[in-house]
Amino acid sequence: MADKMQFDLVSPERGLASMEAKEVQLPGAEGDMTALPDHAPLVTTLRPGVLRVSDGQSDREFVVTGGFAEITAESISVLAEQAMPKDDVNGDVFANMVDVANEKLAKAQAQSANHPASVDDAAKYLDDIIAMGGEIGLSANR
Amino acid sequence: MVAAAKLRRAQDAAEQGRPYAEKFNHLLGNLALQAGVGESAPALLRGTGNDQTHLLVVMTAERGLCGGFNSNISKLARAEAVALLAEGKTVKIITVGKKGRDVLKRDLSDHFIDHVDLSGMRNIGYGDARAVAENVLGRFEDGEFDVAKIFYSHFKNVVTQVPTMRQIIPADVSGGESSEAGAEFYDYEPDEDVILRELLPRGVATAIFSGMLENGASEQGARMSAMDNATRNAGEMIDKLTIEFNRSRQAVITNELIEIISGAEAL
Repeated sequence: MADKMQFDLVSPERGLASMEAKEVQLPGAEGDMTALPDHAPLVTTLRPGVLRVSDGQSDREFVVTGGFAEITAESISVLAEQAMPKDDVNGDVFANMVDVANEKLAKAQAQSANHPASVDDAAKYLDDIIAMGGEIGLSANR
Repeated sequence: MVAAAKLRRAQDAAEQGRPYAEKFNHLLGNLALQAGVGESAPALLRGTGNDQTHLLVVMTAERGLCGGFNSNISKLARAEAVALLAEGKTVKIITVGKKGRDVLKRDLSDHFIDHVDLSGMRNIGYGDARAVAENVLGRFEDGEFDVAKIFYSHFKNVVTQVPTMRQIIPADVSGGESSEAGAEFYDYEPDEDVILRELLPRGVATAIFSGMLENGASEQGARMSAMDNATRNAGEMIDKLTIEFNRSRQAVITNELIEIISGAEAL
């Protein structure tokens, strides 16, 4: 049994990581999950959250704002909507994310007559962003 | 050297964006293969069942002086528009970037429905592409068109850029492995339909974004080789003119000498 798998993290603008990993923890849309090598093939959507990759010695952490993960026995590919190393996320970046989420919610509310479900989605997105901020020690202060 | 630096940056951006687009198409292809393009498939994948109204998104540069870059894209778009019109279809055009609009304005301005201005944007971000995609998707939901295609220039290298047409709605899902090759069967969380519904709009944004990045690199490449050619042409012209100048100066001097000499001989 292989004890390592190929891990790739890409966002539309650039590839962030391509490395061997022993263990990857993902913020799945229906709950966090940890994938080990030889995982059953799985495709999942991601919610905003923190993604942890461990290669056995050290951990790397990334913040993603949603996207998809494709898990196979040998590899994990994460296609993030927007992703950056956790250390790059400071107060300003986070405030910006919260603003975007708020805007989304406002826009969804304005059009709620046509798409009632999108208001819930936008509200959940905002909650997820704030929860993610809590996880890395930043607050929305508002 | 500024041009070289710009080209390198645009090229980097295009290359950085490729892995995402590749993985994305692979994922979408597999998913579509597995979910099947049936009656219940989302309209973005299945189409509206019609192909009466076509939307052409023509992406060009904001500035000229880059050789055939803008006109090649416009030419391809015009050929497509003319062919569709000849078949009796309705054509709508959204232009991204001023130059394409200027070129197509002459004969196709009746079909313009929108324009996206890129001036003032130095680096194209995913957000810009998503704004265009949302514009297109909104129109699709309102039933304004059945089929959407984008036009851009694929960056091969500095001297070769290939004007390209790509269909984005309904989605082109040829990226998946064929089922004979033993494509893996995935579990889906949440279920296939939900993922597909999230994936497809992003597919539109991704296609537009990669088109924009390819365009950015192509534009810089085309401009650089156009400017290089212009410089070389000017150099040749300077050489030719210098020889002509020297020759006519020599002719004048010779003339004057002849006059002086023949004057002296007459005395």
